[in-house]
Amino acid sequence: MSIIYMLLSVSVLVAIIFFIAFIISVKRGQYDDTYTPSVRMLFEDELVKEKTKKQPFTTKEKQ
Amino acid sequence: MITCFHCGDICEDTIIHHREKSFCCHGCKTVFDILHDNDLGYYYDIENTPGVSPEDITGKYDFLDNENIVNKLLEFNNEKTQIVSLLIPSIHCSSCIWVLENLNKLSIGVKSSQVNFPEKTIRITYSPEEISIKDLVLLLSRIGYEPYISLEDSNKKEKSYNRDLIYKLGVAGFAFGNVMFLSFPEYFEVEEFWLDQFKPVFRWMMFCFSLPVVFYSGKDYFISAYKGLRSKILNIDVPIAIGIAVLFLRSTIDIVFDVGTGFFDSLTGLIFFLLLGKFFQQKTYSFLSFERDYKSYFPIAVTRLVRKEDNTVMEEQAEVYEVKIGDRLLIRNNELLPVDAILIKGNALIDYSFVTGEAVPLVKNSGDKLFAGGKQQAGVIEVEVLKPVAQSYLTQLWSNEVFSKDSTAIFQSLIDSISKRFTVSVLSIAFIATLFWLLYDPSKAFNVFTAVLIIACPCAIALASPFALGNLLRIFGKNKLYLKEASVLEQMATINTVVFDKTGTLTTNKKNTITYEGVALTCDEEVMLTSTLRASNHPLSRALYDILDKNNIKTLDEFEEEIGKGIKASVNSQQIKVGSLAFVGDNVAEKKPQEVSDSFTKTTVHISSNNTYKGYYTFNNEYRNGVADIFKELNTQREVIVLSGDNEGEKKYLESILPAGTKLVFNQKPDDKLSFIKELQRKGKKVMMVGDGLNDAGALKQSNVGIVISENINVFSPACDGILDASQFKNIVSFLKLSQKGVSIIKWSFILSLIYNLIGLSFAVTGNLMPVIAAILMPLSSISIVVFTSLATQYISRDL
Repeated sequence: MSIIYMLLSVSVLVAIIFFIAFIISVKRGQYDDTYTPSVRMLFEDELVKEKTKKQPFTTKEKQ
Repeated sequence: MITCFHCGDICEDTIIHHREKSFCCHGCKTVFDILHDNDLGYYYDIENTPGVSPEDITGKYDFLDNENIVNKLLEFNNEKTQIVSLLIPSIHCSSCIWVLENLNKLSIGVKSSQVNFPEKTIRITYSPEEISIKDLVLLLSRIGYEPYISLEDSNKKEKSYNRDLIYKLGVAGFAFGNVMFLSFPEYFEVEEFWLDQFKPVFRWMMFCFSLPVVFYSGKDYFISAYKGLRSKILNIDVPIAIGIAVLFLRSTIDIVFDVGTGFFDSLTGLIFFLLLGKFFQQKTYSFLSFERDYKSYFPIAVTRLVRKEDNTVMEEQAEVYEVKIGDRLLIRNNELLPVDAILIKGNALIDYSFVTGEAVPLVKNSGDKLFAGGKQQAGVIEVEVLKPVAQSYLTQLWSNEVFSKDSTAIFQSLIDSISKRFTVSVLSIAFIATLFWLLYDPSKAFNVFTAVLIIACPCAIALASPFALGNLLRIFGKNKLYLKEASVLEQMATINTVVFDKTGTLTTNKKNTITYEGVALTCDEEVMLTSTLRASNHPLSRALYDILDKNNIKTLDEFEEEIGKGIKASVNSQQIKVGSLAFVGDNVAEKKPQEVSDSFTKTTVHISSNNTYKGYYTFNNEYRNGVADIFKELNTQREVIVLSGDNEGEKKYLESILPAGTKLVFNQKPDDKLSFIKELQRKGKKVMMVGDGLNDAGALKQSNVGIVISENINVFSPACDGILDASQFKNIVSFLKLSQKGVSIIKWSFILSLIYNLIGLSFAVTGNLMPVIAAILMPLSSISIVVFTSLATQYISRDL
């Protein structure tokens, strides 16, 4: 049953690794701005868009 | 109705059709062209009409040529790379984020740019060899994202986020989860061989997990309790600290002597929940600042005129702090005067509305003294500095002691007053129970003593107020009243006197109502008047011109404007004079004294045609919607006072719309306002000050609750406890009522949590407190309090 020592230490080790990852991410400022990244990730699509051809347009002005 | 494709405003006078889209002005059209030509048209696909029309900024950013100033703005600087963070108030939607993060498509010098949307800032990394910071700022302004650079930026510190609480919460949550996991086998007391074998291992592991929780996550409670005791206050942290300490010691003793599992699960859970409450209460509006002083209103640099040896005058951009007595400064249209000065040259029309509360711009003649904080409204002026920025009339207000002392420390919150009685009664119950058991069965006495202190730990009480107030804070925020912190809400509930500023607070800055008194003008005269006003740039002329019919405008034969007096014009031998009473040539003595006094205190424009006096237009400030209703409602329970920096011109009008008995005080200088509030407080009043400008800054700080009304929450507002969007002005009474209801919710949850405490105590004093009962009771009480306060606050604010 000494395997339980192994299991315990492994489980605690895994938990601690995740905990350290959390601390590092906080330290690097990942939680300082929680809004902008959620918008930014939706922008990818525009890269696929093909280049629009420039056409001569006319400008009118009404006063 | 045609709306602008770029900014979404309704196109009124001008409609520009361009590339099959319509625009309201050339600015908007230009931005569209810039974005379109650089393949950034996607900007318009993300959101409809996302743009902001750019403003004219010619010469405004010339100070960015000065290296000293630039160095103060830069975050990082070497030859190849520079990094700058700029505040851009006009960031408001996802299109803004997208276009600003694609700045590199507009200029090759930009390496990368990152937007922080909640703070409305952009951090740009660029190569100074390709693009200078000035060009960068101009580029941003050209596409409608003009940065806001003020004197505050010149002593920028490295921005620091306070992440302490997140770390503590992380540690507590991590330990709580693991301890729960490890203590689970023993909850059910199964007499199993292997479980008994490993008991010590599990227990010592729990002990290890709880160490960082007690000594790191929970250390603030010990510090606060110690501070409270030293100043002889029994604050809520005292019983919490006793609870934590007893939990830890009793559990350690339990496992050392192998008498039980200890209460490590309850211990870590308790601290985790308490910190969670703190985290919830800490709602911050990062795009707002509640600590601003004049520095974020003042410009960072001014144009200084330097006389060279060969007697030629040269303009240079100087830092405001460098300006010395005797320097000559050039102030352009719409620029702010940062120092006290004497006017040397030019037409000064200074708008002091933000500084003194006077509604109408003042005309100044050369030789007049100008005070810091005024905004020039008509062309370029030249001034000589009398006092540098730190000693000016306006900035001296900030040397008042109110601004240096910490006002939050004085306020004793509801929870503090309750915890005093609570702590005393818990300690007496503990001692009585111990005494009883010492006589009856001494072996149980220690158990009972610690159990009482553990179960009485006011976890639920400590959670009630952060959750109730935190939730209300969010609800207020959704309704555009942004409060600095939760304790402001509690203070709001106690208010019995409300003081309003007049200009900018009760009145709007934008609109005027104009009334005419006198002999009615004939058709011809009206046409004359409109044609004359059209030619003048004076703000009063513009305002009057806007309300008049614009038919049959004639070309003037003769037009003459005398600064500070009025305008004179003639067409076909018809002559008209528009301006001050003296200027239009009326015999003042013939008029009724009432009218004369009116024309001195109010803003008036007099008209005479062919040298006969006709009458005058009066400019009344437009009051916000519902002012009368608000005063009526407030007046029933609270004292209401109007405290104005303006003259008594509108006293009569105010008296007519406000309920009888409303106190009106006029001609108050900024420090008069401060001492007025102080005097009220000395009489035992709890004062809420509602203001808007720099002249209210002292009063806002001194009052128990200072609320700033703001037409645009992104622009400057003085230091305060809360910022209210002007559109929500009519809701001010509802906010006050809600804060009172919020406090009664807290009281109800105190009663609820006391019931839990009594149930727990009945276990504790009889010596039957099992760890599993504590582990159930503690979270149960906390969670039910959280649920109760959240639902109750939602319920009371349903009609807001």
